[in-house]
Amino acid sequence: MLRSPRTLLSVTSAALLVAGLTACGGTTKDSNTNSGSGTQASAAADPNAALKEGLKIAFLPKQLNNPYSDVETGGGKVAVGELKGEYKLVGPNDASASSQVSYINTLIQQQQDVIVVAANDPNAVCPSLNQARAAKIKVITFDSDASKDCRDAFINQATTQGIGESLAKMALEQAGSDGGEIAVLSATPNATNQNSWIEVMKKELEKPDYAKLKLVKVAYGNDDDQKSFQEAQGLLQSYPNLKVIVAPTTVGIAAAARYISSSSYKGKVAVTGLGLPNQMREYVKDNTVTKFALWNPADIGYLAAYAGAAMASGQITGAEGEKFKAGKLGEYTIGANGEIVLGPPTEFTKENIDQFNF
Amino acid sequence: MSDTRPAWRSRLTGWDTIIAVLTVLVLIIASFSVENFGTSRNFTFMVLDLLPIILIALPMTMIIVTGEIDLSVASTLGLTSSMMGWLWNQGLSIETIIPLCVVIGAICGVVNGFLITGLGLPSLAVTIGTLALYRGLAFVVLGDGAVADFPWNYTGWVTGTIGDGAVPNVLILIVALAVIFGIVQHATPFGRSLYAIGANAQAAHFSGIRVARTKFWLYVVSGAVAGLVGVLWTLRYSSARADNGAGLELAVVAAVLLGGVSIFGGKGSLPGVLAGVVLLTALQNALRLEDVSGQALNIVTGSLLVLSVLLPNITTAVRGNWHRRKLRQAAAR
Repeated sequence: MLRSPRTLLSVTSAALLVAGLTACGGTTKDSNTNSGSGTQASAAADPNAALKEGLKIAFLPKQLNNPYSDVETGGGKVAVGELKGEYKLVGPNDASASSQVSYINTLIQQQQDVIVVAANDPNAVCPSLNQARAAKIKVITFDSDASKDCRDAFINQATTQGIGESLAKMALEQAGSDGGEIAVLSATPNATNQNSWIEVMKKELEKPDYAKLKLVKVAYGNDDDQKSFQEAQGLLQSYPNLKVIVAPTTVGIAAAARYISSSSYKGKVAVTGLGLPNQMREYVKDNTVTKFALWNPADIGYLAAYAGAAMASGQITGAEGEKFKAGKLGEYTIGANGEIVLGPPTEFTKENIDQFNF
Repeated sequence: MSDTRPAWRSRLTGWDTIIAVLTVLVLIIASFSVENFGTSRNFTFMVLDLLPIILIALPMTMIIVTGEIDLSVASTLGLTSSMMGWLWNQGLSIETIIPLCVVIGAICGVVNGFLITGLGLPSLAVTIGTLALYRGLAFVVLGDGAVADFPWNYTGWVTGTIGDGAVPNVLILIVALAVIFGIVQHATPFGRSLYAIGANAQAAHFSGIRVARTKFWLYVVSGAVAGLVGVLWTLRYSSARADNGAGLELAVVAAVLLGGVSIFGGKGSLPGVLAGVVLLTALQNALRLEDVSGQALNIVTGSLLVLSVLLPNITTAVRGNWHRRKLRQAAAR
C-alpha cells in the first residue's frame, strides 16, 4: 500500500492515463438530454372539491430570523389557522444553496401535505423537491422560485417587469429633473430575484425618458446589515456626486438609509427601493427617504398556504387557467408555468406609512 | 502513554470506543423514539448528508495525526465545483471532467504541500490563506452563476440507491475509501510513521522517516479527495456553484476531533473518526425530525465538541492521579 512516494506517483500517473483514455467519447453538454424531470400531476382538477381540514402545511424560507421572511411566513400561519391545518416553520440559519435540502428531506420523512419553499438555489433543491412530489407532497414556491419542473406552483409577489420598472421610476423621481448618478445596492451576487429586477431596471434606463440617469455601480451587501452599511459608505466615497441609492432588498435599503441619515449626505443623497415599513418608518419621518415600495409580504405567505391547500384538496393541479379562492384576498387564476401573481406593489410615503405594520 | 494496563482494557476505555458506543446508543434510541428516523429513506438521506464530511475526514485524520491541519478543503471543493461547471460549459465530456477535477483538487493540495513542507510555513496559516485563495478563484471561474444541466444518469446515480433498495450508491464509495484509508493508516509502516511524526517530528526525522515528503503527499491526497467530493457535491445538488461547501471544513475538523483525534497530533484512530461523523449526522438528523430549530442544533453540536475535547483530558488527569497514588502506596509499603 502506497509505501513510497514513487508508488504514489505511479498511481497518480495511472489515474491520469485512465483519464486520458476516457476522454475520447462520452457524455457532453450537447449530447445530454436531461430527462430527469419530476412527476407531473396526473389527476384532473375538481374545482368544486371541498378544502380539506387538518392539512400539514410546512413553510421553508431561505433562512430563519430574517424579518422579511418572518412576515411572509406569519401570513402563512394566519391562513393555515383559517384552514384549520397544522402549521410548521423550519429553515436553515444560513441562506446557502444546499442547506435547505436536509430540511426538505426531513419534511418528506414527516409526511407533510404541502411544502411552501423559497428556494436559495433554483436547481440545488430540485432533486429533493421531486422526491417530495413523488411522495404525494404538494410543492409551492414563494419569494424565490425553483426550476419550474420541480414545483407545482409559484407565488410571484409581482412580475419581474413590474418591479424593475417601478425601481427605475422611483430612481428618476428621487434624482429630480436634472438626473445624475445612481447606484444599486443589492443582496447577494447570486440572488435570483434581485438580479432579474436589476436586469429589467437596466433595460428601462436605456429608454430616452431616463437619459439623464447614469447607473454607476451595482454593489452587493449580501443581505447582511453591516456589509450593506459599509457598501453604502463605499459607494459615496467612490462616487461623491451620487444622487440616488436604489436598494431592491429590505436589508440593503435599511442599512443605506441608516448610513445616509447619520452622515453629511443627508438631504443630498436619496435612498429608495424595496423596504419594510416598520424598518423604514424613522427614515421616512426624518426625511432621509421619501418613497419606497413593496408588496405586502404577509399576503404572499397567506396566498401560498391557500394555493397549497387548494392543491392538496384537489381543487387545482397547477395548470394554466385554473381558479381558486384565497380567503380574504379573493379569487386567483393560475398563469403560465404555474405562476400565481399576487398583484402590484404598494408604494409607501410619509402620508400612508402609518397604516402598515410589518 | 506510560500506561501499564492490559491492551484490551485501554482499548475498551479509549475515547474512540466511548464515541462508538455513544453512536450506537444514539442510533438505537433515535430509531425507537424518533418517528420516521429508522426508515430506509431516512437512511439514504443520512448517508448523503454525511458523504462529504466522511470522505474529507479520511485524509484530514491523517493530517491531524501528524500534527498539521488542512482548512482549505471546502474551498478546494468549491473550486473544483466551479471548474466542473465551467468545463461542462466548454463542451467537455463528463467522463473527462470528473478525473480532471480530482487532478485539480490534487494540484490545490500540491500548492498547500509545497508552501508547508517546501517553505516550512505553518499549516494553519497557509491553509487559512488558501481557504480564501481557492474560494476566490472559484468565483473568478464561475462568477455568481450556476451550471445545472449535468446528465441525469450521473446526478441520479449520486442520489440513487442500489436497485432502488435502501443502500445508497455512494455508500460503496464511502466503504471502499474508508477501507483503503483505514488499512494505510493502521496496518502499514507509512501509517505508523504518521503517528511518529505527530508525537515528535524531530525524533521521527532522526529515525529515518521522511517527514516533509510524507506531509507533502498527505496534502496532495487531501486535495484530491476534496476534488472528488466537489464532483459528488455538484452532482448531488445538480448545481455547480462557487459557494458550494462553504464552511464544510469546520464540520470535518469537528467530526475528526469528536472521533478522538488529538489536535496536537500523534493520537487518534480512523474508526473513532467514522463514529464521530455518524454521531454528528445522526444526532442532527434526529433532532431535525423532532423539529428542533437550527440554532438549538448548533448549540448541541457545539457542546458535544467541547465535551469531546474536555472529557479525554479530564479522564487522563484522573487516571494519572490514581496511578501516582498507587505508586505512592507501593513506595510506602
